[in-house]
Amino acid sequence: MERHQLVIIGGGSAGIAAALGAYENGLKDILVIEREAEYGGILQQCIHNGFGLLTFNEELSGTAYAEKYFNLLKDNECIKFMYKAAVTEIKGKTLKVSTSEGIKHIEAEAIVLSTGCRERPAGAIGLKGNRCEGVYTAGTAQKYLNKEGFLVGKKVFILGSGDIGLIMARRMTLEGAKVIGVAELQPYSNGLARNIKQCLEDFDIPLYLSHTVEAVHGRSRLESITLIEVDDKLQKIEGSEQEIACDCLLLSVGLIPENTLIEEMGVKLDPKTKGAVVDDNYMTSIEGIFACGNTLHVHDLVDYVSQEGKKAGKAAADYVLGKTSESETVKNNVSNGVNYMVPQSFHKGKDLEFMFRVNRVFKDCYIHVYGNGLDKKIKKLGIVPSEMQKVLLKKEELENLEGELNWEVIA
Amino acid sequence: MVDITIIGAGITGSLIAHNLSKFNLKVLVLERESDVAEGSTGANSAMIHSGHDPKPGTLKCRYNLLGNRMFPDLCKELQVAYLPIGAYVAAVGEDEEATLDKLISQCEERDVPYEVLSGDEARKIEPNLSDGVTKVLSLPTTGIISPWEVTIAALEEAMLNGVELKLNYEVKSIRKENDHFLINEEIETKVLINCAGAHCDEITSMLRESPYKVIARRGEYFVLDHLNGTFVKHVIYPVPGVMGKGVLAVPTVHGNVLLGPNAEDSEDRDDDSTGKGLDFIKTQITKTVKNIPYNKMIHTFAGLRPHIDLNDFYIQEDDQIENFIHVAGIESPGLTSAPAIAKDVVEGIVMPKFIDCKVKEEYIRRKPFINMTEMSDEEINKLIEKDPDFGLLICRCEKVSKGQIKDVINRKCGATTVKGVKMRCRPGMGRCQGGFCEPEVVKILSHELNKKINEIELDAKGSYIYMADAKEDL
Repeated sequence: MERHQLVIIGGGSAGIAAALGAYENGLKDILVIEREAEYGGILQQCIHNGFGLLTFNEELSGTAYAEKYFNLLKDNECIKFMYKAAVTEIKGKTLKVSTSEGIKHIEAEAIVLSTGCRERPAGAIGLKGNRCEGVYTAGTAQKYLNKEGFLVGKKVFILGSGDIGLIMARRMTLEGAKVIGVAELQPYSNGLARNIKQCLEDFDIPLYLSHTVEAVHGRSRLESITLIEVDDKLQKIEGSEQEIACDCLLLSVGLIPENTLIEEMGVKLDPKTKGAVVDDNYMTSIEGIFACGNTLHVHDLVDYVSQEGKKAGKAAADYVLGKTSESETVKNNVSNGVNYMVPQSFHKGKDLEFMFRVNRVFKDCYIHVYGNGLDKKIKKLGIVPSEMQKVLLKKEELENLEGELNWEVIA
Repeated sequence: MVDITIIGAGITGSLIAHNLSKFNLKVLVLERESDVAEGSTGANSAMIHSGHDPKPGTLKCRYNLLGNRMFPDLCKELQVAYLPIGAYVAAVGEDEEATLDKLISQCEERDVPYEVLSGDEARKIEPNLSDGVTKVLSLPTTGIISPWEVTIAALEEAMLNGVELKLNYEVKSIRKENDHFLINEEIETKVLINCAGAHCDEITSMLRESPYKVIARRGEYFVLDHLNGTFVKHVIYPVPGVMGKGVLAVPTVHGNVLLGPNAEDSEDRDDDSTGKGLDFIKTQITKTVKNIPYNKMIHTFAGLRPHIDLNDFYIQEDDQIENFIHVAGIESPGLTSAPAIAKDVVEGIVMPKFIDCKVKEEYIRRKPFINMTEMSDEEINKLIEKDPDFGLLICRCEKVSKGQIKDVINRKCGATTVKGVKMRCRPGMGRCQGGFCEPEVVKILSHELNKKINEIELDAKGSYIYMADAKEDL
C-alpha cells in the first residue's frame, strides 16, 4: 500500500499552506490529494482582487494568490500533488481514493482535512415557490461566469449579503446583467464593509436590510420573486410583500464547512461552526486527524485561511515526529454574544491565537476573557458577526489559569 | 398505424407500456414533459402502502392490496431498489386509538400482516417517536422505492423491446375515425389509453364529455440529508384524517428522510410550488415524531395528486367510445397500485382486443443503473479499466462518477436534462444540491448529446441554464 507521512485532503488555500507548514517543520513526504485538475480550490474562480494583503503585502486576484502561494512549494520534492482524485472514505489512517487509474488505498501517519466549505442551497432555507430554472447559489453562478464564460441571468436579484453574493453583484453588473437589488434578513450586512462599498454602493445597487425573499415564481424560467420585510424578531411583516420581476435569483445565505468525510469517521463536530472540534494544534477528536481552513470554520479572508493552514500543517508535522505536547487541554466556553471559539480547547505553555465570531452587532463593548486565575477585558469599538475576531493571549497570561476559560461580550 | 398509444409517462403509463412490450405490438408513449415521471409520479411519499387504509370496496383498496404484493418482484425484475422497512401508524390519545382499532380490524379483514405496540414499546425501536404517542399499529409489509427509478427502468426496458417514447409531446387534439384515433392530426392508433394524471379529464374531453373532473391536490415535502436510519427506521404515519393519510416521516431508499405532505386543493394543475404547506408540515409532524433534525434540511418540493371527483380510481374502457381506456384518478395509493392496475388494464382490457397477438420470443432485459457506492473495489476497478471516467468523481455528496453520468445519458429512456441526470444517478440530490457539480453535469450533457452548452436545459422545455455570453449585453 502507498504510504506517506502526511496526507492533506484538498489542495486549496488551506491545503497548500498546510503542506508548506508541514515541510518547514521537518516532514519529507507529504501528499496533497485534490479533486480538481489543478490546485487552488475555490480561488480558481475568484478573479476579483482583494487577496493577499496580509500574506504578500499586495492586492492580488484569487487566481494570482493561488499561483503565488503554490510557487512557494512547486518544485519541492517532498510535496506531491495528486489531481483528479477524490477521497471517498477514511478508515483509521487509510484513505480510499477514487482516480481514473482505479481505486487507491493510501496510508498516512497523519491526515489534514482542508476540504473547504459549500454554499447553503435554496432547499436548506425552505425557499418557497416553484422549482424553476434561474435560482442559483452565488458561487455556482460565479463558476459559470468566470470559468465557463456565460451569465445565468440578465435581471438578477440577490438574497443574502454574504461576500460571494456581493462580489457577484459587481461581477454580473460588469458582464452585462442588471442587478436589481440585494436583500438581507438581518438588520445589518453579512459581508465585509469594503464589499458593501465596492460592490453595491459604487454601482448603485440597493441593499434591502431586514428583507427576505418569500417565494420564487415561474414555470420553466424564473419570472419574479416576492420580497418581504421582516420585523426585529425576523418575523415576516404581512402586507409588506412586493413582486419584483427578474430571471435570476442568487443566494448568498451562508457557507457550511464540508465535513462529510470526518463526520462519517465519528469526529466530534461543533454545532456552531459545523466544523470539527479542535485543540490549539488543530487536531480533531480523533488523534492524528487535523482540520483547517473553511472546513474548520468559515473565514473572511484567504490570508487567514493560509495562516491557519500553515499552523495546522506544522502541528501535524510535530505529531508525526512525536513532538506533540501530552499535557491536559483547557476547554473554552462561550456565552453572552460569543457565538463560537476556535480552538475549542488548548494546551497552555505558549502564546495562543483565538478566533471567534459574535452573534449580533455590538458597539462600544468589551470582550471578556475570564477563568480562575485570569480576568481580562479587551475594549472594542464595534464588532459584527460578519467579521471574524482574533484575540492573542500570551503564554504568561494563561500561566495561572486553572480550569476552563470563559468568553463573553460585555455591551 | 400504432396499435396502442399511451398518453402520459408516469408510473401507470410506463408499467402498462412495460407489460405491453412483452407482446408483438406497436406501442407508443406520449409525454408532454421533457422527461418521464415528471408529474405526480416524481413527487410523492415514495412508498408502498400495505393496504390497511383505503375504504373497503373501492378500487383503491383492491389495487393497493394487489400492488403491495407485486412490488417486491417487480423491483427485482426491473433491478431497482425496494426496501421492506415497514411502517408505524402512531395514535395519540383515546380518540385516535379508536381510529387505529378500525384500521386494525381492516388489516384482519384484508389479510394485511400487522402487530400492535404500546407507545413505549414502539419508542424502544423508534426513539424519536413523540412522547404523546400511546398506541402503534406496525405494518411490516410497507416498503419504500424510488418512484422515478421504477418508471424510468420500466420504460427503458419497454424501449429496449420496441416501445417508442415521444417526450415534449403535448396532445392537443384527438379524433375518432372509423376504427382508429387520430392524435394531433398526425398519429393514428387503434387503442388509446389515457394515463394523463392531473390532465386526464382534459384528454377525455377531446373525445367526449368527461365522466370525471380532476381536482388537483397539492402536497408539499421537506427532504432531509442522509440520516441512514438515525432519525426514523420505519415510515411513521399519524392516524388518517379527512384529507388523506396525514403528514408522514418517510425514509427513502437513498438514506434521506421525507417529511410531508400537506394537502391543499389547487386550481392550477401544474402548480408545483411550495408555500404555506411547509409551515403546516412543521406543526403537524411534531404529533408523531420529535428531535427533527431541521439543520439537515436540503430540499423542498411539491407534487400534485390527480384526485378526481368520483373519489376512487376510474379504470375501464369507455362506455361510449370503443378502444378508449381510462386510467384516471390515480392518486395515493396509486404508486402502490400501479403494477396491479397495469396488469389488469393489459390482461383484462387491451389484450382481448389483440387475441392473435403472441408474446415475444426474445425479450431484452435492462441492465441496472451502475451504483458504485454498493460496489467492491474490484468491481469498480473493472469499470475504470473499461472507462477511466468511472474513477472521476463529479458529485461529491452522492459520490457519482462521470462514467455513471455518461451511462444514464446514453441509455434508452436516457437523461436529456440536468434534472434527468439527477433523477437517474443523483448528482445534485445531495447536501450541496448541485452547487459544485451542476456546471460539470451541463458539460457532460453537452458532450454526450452533441449539443451546445446554450441548448442544455435544467428540466422543463425552455429552462436553459445559459442566458447570455459574458459582456454580450454591454
